[in-house]
Amino acid sequence: MSHHDHDHPHEPVAADEPPPGARARALEELLVEKGVIDRDDVRHRIDWLVSRSPADGARLVARAWVDPAFKERLLVDARTAALEVGLDPGPSPVVVALENTDAVHHVVVCTLCSCYPKALLGPPPDWYKSLPYRSRAVSDPRGVLSEFGLALDDDIEVRVVDSTADIRYLVIPRRPGGTEGMSEEELAALVTRDSMIGVARAAPPLLFKS
Amino acid sequence: MSYRAGQRVRVAERSHDGHHRTPSYIKGKTGRVERAHASFTNPETRAYGRDGLPEKDLYLVGFAFDDVWPGDSRHATDRIYVDVFEHWLEETA
Repeated sequence: MSHHDHDHPHEPVAADEPPPGARARALEELLVEKGVIDRDDVRHRIDWLVSRSPADGARLVARAWVDPAFKERLLVDARTAALEVGLDPGPSPVVVALENTDAVHHVVVCTLCSCYPKALLGPPPDWYKSLPYRSRAVSDPRGVLSEFGLALDDDIEVRVVDSTADIRYLVIPRRPGGTEGMSEEELAALVTRDSMIGVARAAPPLLFKS
Repeated sequence: MSYRAGQRVRVAERSHDGHHRTPSYIKGKTGRVERAHASFTNPETRAYGRDGLPEKDLYLVGFAFDDVWPGDSRHATDRIYVDVFEHWLEETA
C-alpha cells in the first residue's frame, strides 16, 4: 500500500513487513485510535497466551492416566475437570477431551482458521495454522499422520475432528507401555504437545531416562 | 436442541454470502449427530459487529470418510467429525 489516501496520523507501514503482520498492525492502530481496545489489553492477551504451555494439558492427561474417576470427569466435561486441578480452561465455555484407545485415534484440525485449545496447550505450532495441514488433515489423515511419523494399523479407526466453532478439543493420548509405577509428574513429561493434538503418540519412557 | 445424539442429519447444500463456519467439503453430506453441545452466538452476524443473537444450537456431526470423500479406500473405516450449527442441518431419513 504505497498510496496514502486518508488523513489520520499513524506510523508508516514498512514495505518489507509481510502482509498479515502489516494488516494486524494497521488493525491494532485503528482499534486503539477508536478506543475499542488499549495497548494494555493487547499486552495482557499476549502475556496470557505466552504464559500457557503444553505442560498444562499434560497435567490433565497424566492425572487421567493414574485416576480413572478423574478421566471419566474429564471426558464428560473437560472444562470443569481443568478447573478441578487448578487450571484455567480459557474463554471457551465447552472444552471436550477425546480419548485415544487401541481401537480409535483422534486428531484435531481447524480447517477454517486455527482454532486451538490455547489455554491448555499454549500458542499453536505454525504447521497447525498452515494451509497444507488444514486441508490435508481432513482429506488424507493417514497420509498426514504418517508424515508425522505415526503409522496406524488399518484396524484403528481414525477420527478427524474439525474444530469449526466454539468448542475446543484436547486429545488424551494412550498411556505408553512400560510406565507402570511412574509418578503423575513423571508421566506428565511424556505427554507432548503433538500427542494432545493427535499427530503423535505420547513419548516412550526411555526417551527421558538418563 | 432440535436434534439428539444418534440422529441422521444432512448438511444444507447452500452457498452463503459472507462469513460462516460450515466448511464446504461437508455441504450436502449426510452424517450422524455425535454430541448436542450447547447454544452459542451466531458467527454469521457476530462477524459483522452485531451481537450474534439469537444464539444457535451447535452439534458435533460425524461423517463416514467415504461419504465425504467417496472412493478413497485407504480410509474406509475412518470418520470425520465437524461442529455444525443447527440452521445448517436438515432432517434426513
